[in-house]
Amino acid sequence: MTLQSFLEMGGYAAFVWPAWGLSLAALAVLTLVSWRWMRRAERLAATSSSDPGTNPAAPAPSEPVD
Amino acid sequence: MRTFAAIIWRDVILGIRASGGAALSAAFFALILVLVPFGLGPGPDTLQATAPGLFWMAALLSTLLGLERVVQPDAEDGTLDLIRLSPLPLELAALAKIIAHWLTSGLILTLLAPLLAPLLNLSFHAAPVLALSLLLGTPALSAIGTAMAALGSSVQRGGMVLALLVLPLNIPFLIFGASAVASAQAGEDPGQALLLLGAASLIAMVVGTIAAAAALRIGDE
Amino acid sequence: MNIWYYANPERFAGLARTLLPWTLGLALILAAIGTVWGLLIAPPDYQQGEAMRIIYVHVPAAWMAMFVYAVMAVSSAIAFIWNHPLADVAAKASAPIGAVFTALALVTGMLWGEPMWGTWWVWDARLTSVLILFFLYIGYIVLWSAIEEPARAARAARILALVGAVNLPIIKFSVDWWNTLHQPASVFRMDGPTMAPEMLTPLLIMGLAYNLLYVAILFMRMRAEIAERRLRTIRLGLEPAAS
Repeated sequence: MTLQSFLEMGGYAAFVWPAWGLSLAALAVLTLVSWRWMRRAERLAATSSSDPGTNPAAPAPSEPVD
Repeated sequence: MRTFAAIIWRDVILGIRASGGAALSAAFFALILVLVPFGLGPGPDTLQATAPGLFWMAALLSTLLGLERVVQPDAEDGTLDLIRLSPLPLELAALAKIIAHWLTSGLILTLLAPLLAPLLNLSFHAAPVLALSLLLGTPALSAIGTAMAALGSSVQRGGMVLALLVLPLNIPFLIFGASAVASAQAGEDPGQALLLLGAASLIAMVVGTIAAAAALRIGDE
Repeated sequence: MNIWYYANPERFAGLARTLLPWTLGLALILAAIGTVWGLLIAPPDYQQGEAMRIIYVHVPAAWMAMFVYAVMAVSSAIAFIWNHPLADVAAKASAPIGAVFTALALVTGMLWGEPMWGTWWVWDARLTSVLILFFLYIGYIVLWSAIEEPARAARAARILALVGAVNLPIIKFSVDWWNTLHQPASVFRMDGPTMAPEMLTPLLIMGLAYNLLYVAILFMRMRAEIAERRLRTIRLGLEPAAS
């Protein structure tokens, strides 16, 4: 099988490649977004609970933009 | 039992008087049907073929109109707290609300629809089946709608959210109701579709009542 | 395993931290194997030719669309009955993942439908059900975001997920019934028991990869959710600042 015929997908390239591309891209984006959200949230939670200057009675800082 | 009747009575009175109440829902129902010939053309055959589905779609949409006032005002003015405190089980309170909503929406549509049947050239002999199908199916629309209204009662201006929650769940009634009317119009027996409609409607009323009661409990702790 | 042991969110977050690299790593390896197998090694279908290769991304997405909703429903039931604190988090974290899988099932289904049926969309019973499922996911996500108070939103969302789960079989049945009414059974079957084993193996590998990826993303989103909840309690001053 040549690269050429592989890319042509028996004439169905216009359907097979977008289906695979969209699937892998969407799942990759979802994974990355979730990963970064997790990282940011855990870092924020860790810093605000260990920050010695934090006074529980003090007015809450503004919510982070999601 | 007196509380039960009192909730129905109060909600019906409020539903008739309210600006978004029974009359508006009926007018909206009629107006959707009046719009159809402008969208699809006035050809009698086209109208006849699409009438069963359109009547049912109009019923689904106009049932949505009154939902925002079923629970939210009660949650805001404290009536809901009184209902929770009363000895009446919340399931029965939810059922009362569903019945009241149906009396001010589904029942009116059931009576109105056969009168509007000529507008869309629905066959004469299909009109009673249309009324019967609405009689069987609209209580389910009220039950599902009330349950969702109770879930969204803390959402400000939650009308759009409600539509999004309610409409997908109401698809079975649209399918069975419209096809019962369509088969009556085609001279076939609508029995199977009506039976399925009745069965689905019964399940939805049970599920809707339980879910509405559970949702009414939410703010209560 | 006692489900109450991990009712403590921090304890669960610790477990998720340990398991995340393994599930994510295994998911990526299996996805790589499945991709190579599905695109290169598996033979083309004798009827559908190379277009058949869409099956390896379409069917797993459709499986996951249903599986994730089932997870949401079971978590919601656990949350509803036992008030288990993590069950709400699991259900909430699952919804966007399920919605993405459902959207992918729809899009890849359309990309398969065009060459096979000659049209991007047919009101086939299966596609229609998946489309309705997509709207159920959207409704669930919207309800969570529409109710401002988290505890209230959680309790409402549980009920919505359960109502959806009870109604799904009825919706599915009505759509199937409607479909047989309006379309003779001439529609090309999208999958079936007649699948050749050379195609089944890569399909199952992709299915497993999708499943593990779901678990990995679920862990990430649940950890994020737990951290945000903790942040909220700290800010409300309910929890003294930990050392």
